[in-house]
Amino acid sequence: MSVPRIRWHIIVFLAPATLVYTAVMVFPLFNTLRLALYSEVEQARVFVGLENFRTLFFDPIWSEQFWNALGNNFWFFLIHMLVQNPIGIALAAILSHPRLRFAALYRSAIFIPTILSFVIVGFAWKLILSPIWGIAPSMLDAVGLKFLFAPWLGKEEYALTTLALISVWQFVGIPMMLIYAALLSIPDEILEAGEIDGITGMSAFWKVKLPLVLPSIGIISILTFVGNFNAFDLIYVAQGALAGPDFSTDILGTFMYRTFFGFQLQLGDPHMGSAIAGAMFAIILVGVCIYLFGIQTRMRRYQL
Amino acid sequence: MHKARTNPFITVGMHGALILYTLIALFPVFVILINSFKARKAIFREPLALPDSDSFSLIGYQTVMRQGDFLLYFQNSMIVTVVSLFFILLFGAMAAFALAEYRFKGNLLMGLYLALGIMIPIRIGTVAILEMMVATGLVNTLWALILVYTAQGLPLAVFILSEFMRQVSDDLKNAGRIDGLSEYTIFFRLVLPLVRPAMATVAVFNMIPIWNDLWFPLILAPAEETKTLTLGSQVFIGQFVTDWNAVLSALSMAILPVLVLYVIFSRQLIRGITSGAVK
Repeated sequence: MSVPRIRWHIIVFLAPATLVYTAVMVFPLFNTLRLALYSEVEQARVFVGLENFRTLFFDPIWSEQFWNALGNNFWFFLIHMLVQNPIGIALAAILSHPRLRFAALYRSAIFIPTILSFVIVGFAWKLILSPIWGIAPSMLDAVGLKFLFAPWLGKEEYALTTLALISVWQFVGIPMMLIYAALLSIPDEILEAGEIDGITGMSAFWKVKLPLVLPSIGIISILTFVGNFNAFDLIYVAQGALAGPDFSTDILGTFMYRTFFGFQLQLGDPHMGSAIAGAMFAIILVGVCIYLFGIQTRMRRYQL
Repeated sequence: MHKARTNPFITVGMHGALILYTLIALFPVFVILINSFKARKAIFREPLALPDSDSFSLIGYQTVMRQGDFLLYFQNSMIVTVVSLFFILLFGAMAAFALAEYRFKGNLLMGLYLALGIMIPIRIGTVAILEMMVATGLVNTLWALILVYTAQGLPLAVFILSEFMRQVSDDLKNAGRIDGLSEYTIFFRLVLPLVRPAMATVAVFNMIPIWNDLWFPLILAPAEETKTLTLGSQVFIGQFVTDWNAVLSALSMAILPVLVLYVIFSRQLIRGITSGAVK
């Protein structure tokens, strides 16, 4: 054995990525979690242990906002899972039909909302749903459903659901594309074998294709989960940092922004903001772990 | 492959469903675009009509050009996106090459460490990032954004690119080594050109989220000179809420560049997603 020598080129290749990633992402992440354990007393930083988390979870002033944001966030996620993913799967199933014409055209068009920024999407829908402009009510009127119209974004009962559906409208392209790709990668032999056994059409979808694309559905679910618990932009654009009406659309992202940055009369508090970030981190970590250890490893993978 | 003929009713049904959904997807964009070219009265009288010689007006665009510095915002967005992509691709490819090519102690650990960031959003660390940027004086500079987006894009870039680099033939690299090429030359001259399609995929994946991000421009670089197009249009629209012409024109101007990018890169993007790069 020769004396081990340092292979400098490996270090040179790895250093820039590792440095930037560590300095701008990993270090601030842990530093934020550390800051959550401090508080500011008379302009000095004091270590307070888990006090901030106790305040966040149990102090009535904070806990009410926190549980409200958390609950809203789960509702936001639930709507995505129940509306966005089934629509995405259905569109993908139709698009992957072997003799469908214009499939590429439909695919590109349906993906367009996904590339637009939240600013565009938020304002565009705000205008369309606005009772002042009246596009939504007059269109409902045309099909005789005008009585259904309400200023959805302005009503506490509907605002969060409306925003979730706007976000679904925007992101349906992602599950559609991923499931479409998974469906295309199913070998013809398997489908033909099914056909010989008399499984065609809808039953081929339910009994053969859907089980085969389950791993992709798992990936989509975790992507949706992480994306939703990290969401901020759409609510901020459409409803402002106060997530109105009366905090009914407040989610963890907007709550954290308001807390740490301050808004109007409320002063910014980086330590409470960090505590909220810590809670978000824990929630996302739990979700990712459930996916990695609970779902992904148990899911049967078929050798294709 | 011979298949049973498709029932014509099913074909019609499939096209019907797809056309309906396509209309739902495009309708809001269409409404915004056509109304941005109309005079105020026409916007309210007939919101769904195309602009004609009577209702055509560019007043909204004139207000936007006069009041907002959209050219500057556009330039900022361009700089941030292009420079971030450059660093993501360069640093990401270098790290991916090291992980894919060399066997060394800690290779697996290093790969796992870099992959952690794929699932954990960088926004969680915002409080400390802002503190760091304030301390280093980078706040309200485009560098703050470039650094954050580079760090955010690297994990997935390393992951995807190292998968592709493992497929580059060893014979080619070894032939280069026998000819006396340095490891750097092998990387830049032999390997990089071969993984160009994967680089393009990574670039397209990162481009849209960087261009569209509102969170970090809002927190790290809200100054007038460093506003990106996304933040700039958000602030502008917030100030001009009641001027519908201006709002609609600002929205259209924000839609346009993304739409152009999409038309140019959509094949690459769709091929990237469907080739399983994100599995």
